[in-house]
Amino acid sequence: MSDAVISVTGETFDQVVIQSETLVMVDFWATWCGPCKIVAPVVEELAKEYDGKVVFAKVNTDENPDLASKHGIRGIPTLMFFKGGEVKDQVVGAVPKAQLKSKIDSFLG
Amino acid sequence: MYDVIIIGGGPAGLTAGLYTSRGRLKTLLIEKGLIGGLVTTTEWVENYPGFEEGVMGAELAQKMQQQATKFGLEIKQAAVERVSVDGKKKTITLDDGSQLEAKALILTTGAHPRTLKIPGEDEFRGKGVSYCATCDGAFFKDNDIAVVGGGDSAVQEAIFLTKFAKTVYVIHRRDKLRAEKILQERALSNPKIKFLWDSVVEKIDGDNSGVTSLLVKNVKTNENTKIDVQGVFIYIGYNPNTEFMSGLANLDKENYLITDENMSTSSPGVYAAGDVRAKQLKQIATAVGDGAIAGVEAEKYIEENY
Repeated sequence: MSDAVISVTGETFDQVVIQSETLVMVDFWATWCGPCKIVAPVVEELAKEYDGKVVFAKVNTDENPDLASKHGIRGIPTLMFFKGGEVKDQVVGAVPKAQLKSKIDSFLG
Repeated sequence: MYDVIIIGGGPAGLTAGLYTSRGRLKTLLIEKGLIGGLVTTTEWVENYPGFEEGVMGAELAQKMQQQATKFGLEIKQAAVERVSVDGKKKTITLDDGSQLEAKALILTTGAHPRTLKIPGEDEFRGKGVSYCATCDGAFFKDNDIAVVGGGDSAVQEAIFLTKFAKTVYVIHRRDKLRAEKILQERALSNPKIKFLWDSVVEKIDGDNSGVTSLLVKNVKTNENTKIDVQGVFIYIGYNPNTEFMSGLANLDKENYLITDENMSTSSPGVYAAGDVRAKQLKQIATAVGDGAIAGVEAEKYIEENY
């Protein structure tokens, strides 16, 4: 499945994000958030470019408030990087694609 | 070559694009972020005529976009790196290195929120420090939070934040608000809003969970107080987005573009409209007025010079 940023919920988060063997980038977003709309297409593009190397997921914070509060989300969009089930880094706000790429590349080594 | 290139997709740019497109000029609008600009970070717009019940910021932006594109305005999502003027030709270099040319240029890049530049502000950005109540307010349900500032944005967003927060402290360096009187009345009578007058934030403290408190100094007594809050929303004014314009046209001492009443900058064929322009009142209503003038003036310039 190359075309998808996987939409995860409280039920699937563990399986998709925590248990992933590869790096995972999770986009915490909501429908009413303007800057989230800037980030979403960038994440889609990254998902295509890093297909097979990185898992891309998204969490709707309105539908999954527990996941948002568990991860201390205080602003969206928040892009959180997970490796081996742990949070390694995060970026808040709409940032340029190049900046996200260099972050991903640094994790991939 | 385009007839007109507009940089910035807020109300000023979209209105300029509406006018030039209706003037049958081949027009491109370049926006690096979200169409609508700062308007999209306001939940509710109450002082734009024609919407007697008020209108959502995002919806207003979308309507302006649809109206302009209906008449042929082309919109491109990209960031501008450089603008140069060589005689009559204006060249725009985008961040991917590609170049675009135009006969006339309209700069509507707007402004971005000013930062406090105090310890903890960068560290806790997105972890309690926010510049967008609409984006982040919902994460502070039943929390105590603070808003810094005393202008329209600060007061309006403080009122908005009472939908979620238990207490909203408004921290203002003076002893009275600058905001519209109607906003002042609403804020002063809102039991959830507490005012800290003559006060500035010195430091933002927190832990792994994010912001936990602010150190607030009273500028008259020099007394420091710690207030426990989980969030702080900063609305202390704006800085113009003119970084890539050095040498292009004259700026004032705060780096806003100087224009005459026809929106002409010091560079022939280059116009400015909206919040990026040096002027007193920065509102959606004034931005669209600027945009209309800039659009019509750009059309005149092209007729006379090409």
